[in-house]
Amino acid sequence: MDGIHDMGGMHGFGKVAPEKNEPVFDAPWEGRCLALNRAMGAIGAWSIDEGRAGIEALPPDVYLASSYYKKWALRLQNLIVAHGLAGADEVAAGHALRSGNVLKRKLQVADVPRTLTRGSYGRAPQAEARFKVGEAVRAKNIHPPTHTRLPRYARGHVGVIEAIRGCHVFPDSIAIGAGENPQWLYTVVFDGRELWGETTDPTLKVSIEAFEPYLEAAKGL
Amino acid sequence: MSDDHDDAEHHSELSEMQLRVRALETVLTEKGYVDAAALDAMIEAYETKIGPHTGAAVVAKAWNDPAFKRALLADATPAVQSLGLINRVGDHLIAVENTPAIHNMIVCTLCSCYPWEVLGLPPVWYKSAPYRSRTVNDPRGVLADFGLSLPRETQIRVWDSTAETRFIVLPMRPAGTEGWSDDKLAALVTRDCMIGTGLPRSA
Repeated sequence: MDGIHDMGGMHGFGKVAPEKNEPVFDAPWEGRCLALNRAMGAIGAWSIDEGRAGIEALPPDVYLASSYYKKWALRLQNLIVAHGLAGADEVAAGHALRSGNVLKRKLQVADVPRTLTRGSYGRAPQAEARFKVGEAVRAKNIHPPTHTRLPRYARGHVGVIEAIRGCHVFPDSIAIGAGENPQWLYTVVFDGRELWGETTDPTLKVSIEAFEPYLEAAKGL
Repeated sequence: MSDDHDDAEHHSELSEMQLRVRALETVLTEKGYVDAAALDAMIEAYETKIGPHTGAAVVAKAWNDPAFKRALLADATPAVQSLGLINRVGDHLIAVENTPAIHNMIVCTLCSCYPWEVLGLPPVWYKSAPYRSRTVNDPRGVLADFGLSLPRETQIRVWDSTAETRFIVLPMRPAGTEGWSDDKLAALVTRDCMIGTGLPRSA
């Protein structure tokens, strides 16, 4: 979706302000919030992609005004209600009013080490890769109202395939419940001037990780 | 605004979030979806076990061992796995090498994607709007915010982590470190130099 989360290239957000010796969690609730989210993800309540879409769906004013983990708490609340795992009334009450749905499993202590690794998203290909390393491609001018990982700043621009990363779960499909639909993934490099205009620093190159459905051949180049 | 007002606002938000998250945890626990001991174990792992010390050890080894460096740049997941530092390295990890000609920077403009199993959880600045918005169109400005200035001719390559591939920067080895052990080298490797917003410490 063309939401506020898609912020690459936006102006006005000011300086980056790193905090020295920043703690892992600013307050205990942040750790609890992360763990709750991870636990629900680990038992397959929703895909990571649907989880990201859940944050993207927060209203722009809420998105910008909320800390990172506050966004996670809001997302968690929204997804458990949307999936019928708990009612809005129960969340408001702060305790269960009805017994839970039967989920396939619950994350136990012995399962935790497995969750301390990022997931695996490589899948068998459904077809041959369309593009080759070194080929010029154009990022499509698409504006899906649903989850996508093609940032606005790249759309319509021409880059070069630098690497082929295999086939991966396709976020645009799985986030809307349309299955994994694995697609070829490419590293596509853009010249900074192609993205931001002729006065851009000529030493800049920016790459994205683009799924094949985001790309078309750049004819005549 | 006075400090008292800021403090009061901060504490009030803290309480709001404490209550909100406690409510969620209570509901999910009573529903039978989550187990408190498992949550505790996850938090402890993120606070004490997972961190940039893992990435630093990888970089140090790459500096000392050319064969490992080649393996790392070819496919970082199995290379890092071979060190036995952590239980399982996530798939699709890619190491990108800084050279005198090219400086690499990693960002996730869309959210906060980060190679957290080798670097720990990402810092607040990485997940915030200034970094996410400006790294792709003004990386030198971002580096200036970190107090770093690179030569005008250095190429800057920004990697936007828009899929499940994850990137770690292999910085250049500092001068004057000939003969140093892996451990001694690792102490020079900061978290920021593996994201690309800094350089390793000097010898």
